Amino acid sequence: MIAIIDYGMGNLRSVHKACEVVGHRAVVTRDRRVIDEASHVVLPGVGAFGDCMANLERYGLMEPILRAIRLGKPFLGICLGLQVLFTESEEFGPCKGLDVVAGRVRRFSAGPTIKVPHIGWNQVHFQKPCPLFEGIADGADWYFVHSYFVDPLDEGVVASRTTHGIPFVSSIWKDNLVACQFHPEKSQTVGLRLIKNFGAWDG
Amino acid sequence: MLTKRLIPCLDVKDGRVVKGVRFEELRDAGDPVEAATFYDHEGADELCFLDITASHENRSTIIDVVERTAACVFMPVTVGGGVRTLEDIRRLLNAGADKVSINTAAVERPEFVREAARRFGTQCIVVAIDAKRESQPVKWQVYTHGGRKPTGLDVVQWAKRMEEYGAGELLVTSMDEDGRQCGYDLELTAAVSEAVSIPVIASGGVGTLEHLYEGFTKGKADAVLAASIFHFRKFTIPQAKAFLKDRGIPMRWDGRMAA
Repeated sequence: MIAIIDYGMGNLRSVHKACEVVGHRAVVTRDRRVIDEASHVVLPGVGAFGDCMANLERYGLMEPILRAIRLGKPFLGICLGLQVLFTESEEFGPCKGLDVVAGRVRRFSAGPTIKVPHIGWNQVHFQKPCPLFEGIADGADWYFVHSYFVDPLDEGVVASRTTHGIPFVSSIWKDNLVACQFHPEKSQTVGLRLIKNFGAWDG
Repeated sequence: MLTKRLIPCLDVKDGRVVKGVRFEELRDAGDPVEAATFYDHEGADELCFLDITASHENRSTIIDVVERTAACVFMPVTVGGGVRTLEDIRRLLNAGADKVSINTAAVERPEFVREAARRFGTQCIVVAIDAKRESQPVKWQVYTHGGRKPTGLDVVQWAKRMEEYGAGELLVTSMDEDGRQCGYDLELTAAVSEAVSIPVIASGGVGTLEHLYEGFTKGKADAVLAASIFHFRKFTIPQAKAFLKDRGIPMRWDGRMAA
């Protein structure tokens, strides 16, 4: 059972439906017991970093999240769910994250041809053979919608890179933890394949 | 690099697509979910539903459309039409929409955009701007209520203000060109695109594939909204993408798509 964490932000319905469509049982929840009992955990999210951290705190979700990761459960973070895993973000002034992955969250700088937020389909170039990418073409287009990106201290966690003016880290992989800046639940065929791979992964 | 986007737009009234879509392949050309699924298979980059139901008192029909669409279409969906309160936005996002488009409500109370962006995030908020050319004193004036009511606002100033208030994207429609199939008002689109740092979606006037190309180049648009040319099968999405790719516009090309 995939537990999709509901902390009041993000398009949970699409993530839920995507899991079902590829044949995995999933439940949207903020109940720590359900999260503890799930075989897989997804942390989705769209919106502001600070609001996310505040909501995780308010609903007592930080501990179940950290526990799931520590216990080796396959864990997928999406968009904001990638960013809050980091040490801190510069969004709306420095804000502390879960600090599961060392590094900062930074904002894109807009330019004459570089619009912020980064919205649309962009190529994801694999940096290492993450099991969630199996059966998916390297360099395929995935859907992004964000103004901030992650900057990990350890190169070793980088699973893919994408370019929007500058090259940035579009996903990370560390043991049982995979987290992506793009939205698999909005990336049609390639996205559904990633979700299918995730449900079948043992971490 | 980021590709440019093709976004079909479906007008939905009382839960049905209006102005007809001529897809022979569909059992029910009036069902928005079938049309959405069809466009999904064709490789559309996003989808837009415009709710033109007369009264927006009871939004349950569009909510139902969005929910059913989210169950089978896994690409971004924007919903516009009568979005006036934070509760409207919350319900649409919970139903499965990724973005909402706000037009008249933004002009009537600009603070609403700021509140919405703060609550739901800028990436969920598209501000739609309908504009007409004027001779004096501003070059293009913003209109509301489907292009009928002048606001006295200059489109470029309004665009910048909306960016500042937290719009994630702007959807710019030329009321002069809309429906004429003679091309976008390229000057309008470029003027807005150059004035803001957020993405701009061009709308209104597409009749040929060349118009799409111009929208991305001279018009400096990041995405284009199109209705008639795709609904009436003048062109298919794969045809449009092949044409644009050939001309050097970066487009998402899904291996499934047949040209």
